[in-house]
Amino acid sequence: MKRRAFLLSPLALSSVRLFAAPSTSTRFLLVFLRGGYDAANVLIPHSSEFYFQVRPNIAVPREAVLKLDSDWALHPALRESIYPMWLRGEAAFVPFAGSHDLSRSHFESQDTIELGQGPGSARGYDSGFMGRLAAVLGASRPIAFTNHMPLAFRGPTPEGAKPVANVALGGAGLRPAAVDARQSTLIAEMYRDTKLGSPVSEGFAMRESVMRELGAEMEAAGRNAINARGFELQARRIAKLMQGEYNLGFVDVGGWDTHVGEGGQTGQLATRLEELGRGLSALADGMGSAWRDTVVVVLSEFGRAFRENGNRGTDHGHGSVYWVLGGAVKGQRIAGEQVRVSHGTLFQDRDYPVLNEYRELLAGLFARAYGLDAAQLARVFPSVSPKDVALL
Amino acid sequence: MVKKTLAWGALALVSACATAPQRVEPVPLPALAWGDDSHATQLLVLNRVSFGPNPASLKEIEALGTGAYLARQLRPAAEPRLPPEVQATIDSMTISKRSMVDLASELERRQRDFRNLPPGEMKGERQAYQQELTRLAREAATRMLLRALYSPEQLQEEMTWFWMNHFSVFLGKANVRVLVGDYEERAIRPHALGRFGELLGAVAHHPAMLVYLDNARNAVGRVNENYARELMELHTLGVKGGYTQGDVQELARVLTGFHVREGEFHFFPRRHDFGQKTLLGRPIRNSGERELGEALELLASHPSTSRFVSRKLAMHFVADDPPEALVERMARAFRASEGDIALTLRAMFESPEFRASLGGKFKDPLHYMVSAVRFAADDQVIPREGVERMINALAGMGQPLYGRPTPDGYPLTRTEWTSPGQLATRFEVARGVGYRRAGRLSDELPMPLSDTTRQTLSKASDPREWNLLLLSSPEFMSR
Repeated sequence: MKRRAFLLSPLALSSVRLFAAPSTSTRFLLVFLRGGYDAANVLIPHSSEFYFQVRPNIAVPREAVLKLDSDWALHPALRESIYPMWLRGEAAFVPFAGSHDLSRSHFESQDTIELGQGPGSARGYDSGFMGRLAAVLGASRPIAFTNHMPLAFRGPTPEGAKPVANVALGGAGLRPAAVDARQSTLIAEMYRDTKLGSPVSEGFAMRESVMRELGAEMEAAGRNAINARGFELQARRIAKLMQGEYNLGFVDVGGWDTHVGEGGQTGQLATRLEELGRGLSALADGMGSAWRDTVVVVLSEFGRAFRENGNRGTDHGHGSVYWVLGGAVKGQRIAGEQVRVSHGTLFQDRDYPVLNEYRELLAGLFARAYGLDAAQLARVFPSVSPKDVALL
Repeated sequence: MVKKTLAWGALALVSACATAPQRVEPVPLPALAWGDDSHATQLLVLNRVSFGPNPASLKEIEALGTGAYLARQLRPAAEPRLPPEVQATIDSMTISKRSMVDLASELERRQRDFRNLPPGEMKGERQAYQQELTRLAREAATRMLLRALYSPEQLQEEMTWFWMNHFSVFLGKANVRVLVGDYEERAIRPHALGRFGELLGAVAHHPAMLVYLDNARNAVGRVNENYARELMELHTLGVKGGYTQGDVQELARVLTGFHVREGEFHFFPRRHDFGQKTLLGRPIRNSGERELGEALELLASHPSTSRFVSRKLAMHFVADDPPEALVERMARAFRASEGDIALTLRAMFESPEFRASLGGKFKDPLHYMVSAVRFAADDQVIPREGVERMINALAGMGQPLYGRPTPDGYPLTRTEWTSPGQLATRFEVARGVGYRRAGRLSDELPMPLSDTTRQTLSKASDPREWNLLLLSSPEFMSR
């Protein structure tokens, strides 16, 4: 039966699971690298002479890279974190990925990706793709690990569902509440019949569960018992929350806009990468057995120009490289459509082309991760043909 | 061309940053057309155009009438009359006593010195250096908050914040922490209600912006597009304002050589690209340093800029999605006055759309925080530690001063500030402010309290809890 359905379905990938209700054991985390990370210096096209020619100051030397296959290699800053994941088969990369947005503006491109509405119709700022995914999944518990609610999570809360929670987990913002339970109830009462009724009560509820999951750790952190800082600290906390109550998460990491002094084997980008890698590795570790059901996608609004600029940095470009990590991932693969990296294959003689459109790519991943059917996928990404790169 | 340039003012500022801005008492405006002087409306007006009503501002608007009050706010006194102890605090700051160039060059010297030290000694020196940078930025933040709390020229402080946000810089970048106080004081504040072209010119010549958006690294043969792009996308035309990637590249060439050394702006001809340039379809006629004034003039006087700037003003002062007709009217006033910000605002204040919108905006964390303290402090000057707590609370609510990492500035719309996490933090702030007042706060808010709010308030067990609930009420969130 399963096999027959698989063969007959026009969207073979959607029938990997045959249940009408989406699978909910999956935990999905989107990591948004804001600023347009320099993908070409992270997944390095080490077989391309052109790469070394046009990046005289910032190319990572051949002898320093971590080779993944005959064409691609990882930046050595990921040696202790993502590389072991790759070796375990829990990491894959999709080069030449991104949106067809050509503004090369951080804000336009980030909005495009987070809204995920595609070209054509006028853009509506009230609906992001993670919000639509949460609605399709119904029983999901979405959370943004950010101070601001990201556009990706915009959207009406479905009947009976809880609104998207959000909490910034880095450092100082997180403190035990002084407003007590009775006062919380009184405040929530004032908002009950207003537009903010649901976010106000969700805010109090979320504080409670964060304190429950993280209280001991926060106390320890207050006594300096925990060394983790920056993204690693956040990632450990994310793991605690996503292992428990929440199963659909978003976090953003900044500091990737390397116009000046990007560095190569070491330097600015290497430092950021090392911290990111360490965090993601801590996340994998912290998820425990739930890592088996976890999918993490790391993406950015665009790639950077392939040639280095006059300041030993890189300017805004187009195609990027997306990462897919997780215990459920069929990793150790460079997936999706590819071309050889050379002068002739650059988009507008400047950037990586986009050969793997991000909505098609994510639709393919969601189909496999959750067993969504075509109609459900169409609600997340309207008029998109899912691209199955078989990473799950 | 020259005459027009001077009128828009972008060129007039070419080297103005080396000298102190001239403070001339402004020519007063006649009272605005505004018929309604009722107490209720005046409260609402103060709540919208200022950092929140307090007894002093209420007294002033009552005495003058709404129309004359607004006219006076649009043409502020060169130096605001602050309470003496507040002025004394500001005067005692390092950033008031020493110039930016002095501070920045000393700190650069320190940095050069400790870089040569052995690693063991370097660590302490580096830390001390970083702490000094942070201290100077906190002085600037303190000064900003003190003025927002106590200056009678509320609209000027409001607009200073608005333009600081429009021409946003981030204190996490390089030595921006040393530069940001001077940037606010001399590039932004003097022009906050002046000419947009002059404001644009002052920003483009200030080290804070040149460092933040990497133009200090932009030189012929080593072009950096960062500032050029944001200058058109975020500061003037808007992303759909009609420029291309080619225009970004041309403007970046215009900007080559606009450099910063030891905290001071310099134009270095040797770093400048003297080749022919075309911007927005027009050849640049000047050469060298004067190219930028011409380019800024072109941008400041472009119709897209008049609409982009007017829309943003209306988003802040009228509605998240302001009526198109209002934006058009403001854009016309902007063009007719050659970018006079006060006259553009006047067109907005006199509009029926403005009046109809009073009370309908949701306070961002800054406006929430400052209005709560103004309301609770009852014209008393709060201690310096109170201001420190405010600075920290703003960071906790996601809107630290000078702390937006990206150049787009903080969002002006409601949805950006109403996430569950932000609201929960906001109620913590309400508790902090409310519990510091021993007595019960007045229940007269600009927005009349609903029955639900009154019922909840009646359950307060003591005056401090009453204050917490009042400052947490939906009515207090509106401006």
